[in-house]
Amino acid sequence: MSSGPEAVPAAASSNVFSQSVRDSLVVAKRNLIRMTRIPEMVIFGLIQPIMFVVLFSYVFGGSMEIGGSNSPAAYRNFLMAGIFAQTVTFATAGAGAGIADDMHKGLIDRFRSLPMARGAVLTGRTLADLVQTALTLLVLAVVALLVGWRVGSDAGTNAGKVLAAFGLLLLTGYAFTWIGALIGLSVRTPEAATSGGLIWLFPVTFISNAFVDSSHMTPWLRHIAEWNPFSATVQACRTLFGNPGASPSDAWPMAHPVWASLIYSVLIIAIFRTLAVRKYRSATA
Amino acid sequence: MPGAIYAEGLVKTFGDVKALDGVDLDVPEGTVLGLLGPNGAGKTTTVRCLTTLLRPDSGTAVVAGIDVLKHPDAVRRSVGLSGQFAAVDEYLTGRENLQMVGQLYQMRAKAAKQRAVELLEQFNLTDAADRPTKTYSGGMRRRLDLAAALVVRPPVMFMDEPTTGLDPRNRQQLWDVIKQLVSGGTTLLLTTQYLEEADHLAHDICVVDHGRVIARGTSDQLKARTGGERVEVVVHEREHITAAAEVLRGFGKGDTTVEEHTRKLTVPVTGGPKLLAEVIRELDSRGIEMDDIGLRRPTLDDVFLSLTGHAAEEKPEENGTVANPKARKRTKETAQ
Repeated sequence: MSSGPEAVPAAASSNVFSQSVRDSLVVAKRNLIRMTRIPEMVIFGLIQPIMFVVLFSYVFGGSMEIGGSNSPAAYRNFLMAGIFAQTVTFATAGAGAGIADDMHKGLIDRFRSLPMARGAVLTGRTLADLVQTALTLLVLAVVALLVGWRVGSDAGTNAGKVLAAFGLLLLTGYAFTWIGALIGLSVRTPEAATSGGLIWLFPVTFISNAFVDSSHMTPWLRHIAEWNPFSATVQACRTLFGNPGASPSDAWPMAHPVWASLIYSVLIIAIFRTLAVRKYRSATA
Repeated sequence: MPGAIYAEGLVKTFGDVKALDGVDLDVPEGTVLGLLGPNGAGKTTTVRCLTTLLRPDSGTAVVAGIDVLKHPDAVRRSVGLSGQFAAVDEYLTGRENLQMVGQLYQMRAKAAKQRAVELLEQFNLTDAADRPTKTYSGGMRRRLDLAAALVVRPPVMFMDEPTTGLDPRNRQQLWDVIKQLVSGGTTLLLTTQYLEEADHLAHDICVVDHGRVIARGTSDQLKARTGGERVEVVVHEREHITAAAEVLRGFGKGDTTVEEHTRKLTVPVTGGPKLLAEVIRELDSRGIEMDDIGLRRPTLDDVFLSLTGHAAEEKPEENGTVANPKARKRTKETAQ
């Protein structure tokens, strides 16, 4: 028995790109509504970085030598870019867990049975996470100011640069949520996505210049730290904030941190978005 | 001309497990096909292949006249899928869920809103429309899930175990909704492990086991294949079993089976109610007291047993519910 003549309904009238944007926004709205219904998740997301700010600046401050100074104030100013950057990367775990939960509950099946843009479920999720990240950064910046963080007073630091630093942080966070999305689609349970989404972040954020001056590390570790994409964002923020940084380095990302951070983020998005969308298309819960 | 749902030689392998081993289906427009089988038989995999969620290793599938493998997006515009896990967002309200699905079916925001209102009304969810679905009962969630599948009034519907895990009252309600839907001309493929459900809703039934369709036909045809009617007697006293068996042998067209502990005797017969009356008179005249006697037609349970050599894995209890089949099903599917 042959399949006979096929009737193919006309494709949706609008073009692929605008459909993709529209669908992504519908999904982003869904995820934002969820956030307002589960405020405790947003609150816990805030408590952790605030705790880090307070713990690091009071416990480590004073015993760290930054730019030849042992003063807690110098370390606080050094530290904040690191905490900001760490905070945006931790959004990864939330994205992964959320997507794994959607798979587990059959929502991904529902979405995949709908005539919607292929990448929209993931893009919508990452956009909603971006909003949460921005909110977290805002609160964190206020706390940082309260514990004594100040942007540099030296010439060259201005509002534009400070905003650019926050822009880079958001871009980095956005890039990392795509890694989380891929993890979420690859594991079987939301629990695995939460732990799997967090574990790798510890080496990534600690083998870096975020909390200590990487020039004090053994050479091989120092190389990793200096070429770590995460370090590039931290270094870029310190430069733009006019905060004290690690000792000068020859490594290209450390010498051109803003460019390095931009390039790394774009690369991460390009690679992990492609992988995640491909994974989504064949996802089976 | 193939039906609204047509599949030929669908094969799907997961690792070493052959989930589908050449499934053929043909569902004429406006009819209901019941895909009946135990857990792991391949029912869900079949639905997933036909709704573009899974790509079969080989075979062809045409849904609503569209080749599923060549034009998956076009198929998605023409089908509704209601899964066994009630896939609605638990933190969104019923209204928000339906609006979202409408918009993702590419409806304008305003049209999606209007359609959500209609569906909430139709599925008796208006009062709960603005509560997060987390607060809904299992039955309400299933209704919402079904409503979500119907947003664009698709000509072809797939329902994967729509009533699994529901209590009898909610199941009855959902059956009514499904019947209404079908009377409106929708073609429906329904999977179930409840033999009663297939009997109740489906025009045609395909019995699946180990990834193959092992029998197909109407409920009556399948029952006729298994054998005709039979008389069942439950005697009051255990001592009367032998005497009753002797009586039944005289009327029966086959072996009499005896269940000692329930004092139940069963024998295949022909002759209908008239014969039943004779059996009763005979038993009565011998002073054999009966707790129950009746003419039984084979159930789909019997059909299943005779076709596969094993009962439909989880035997429904008296009220037709099965202890947490959802959880068990889940484990099985994940293991694949």
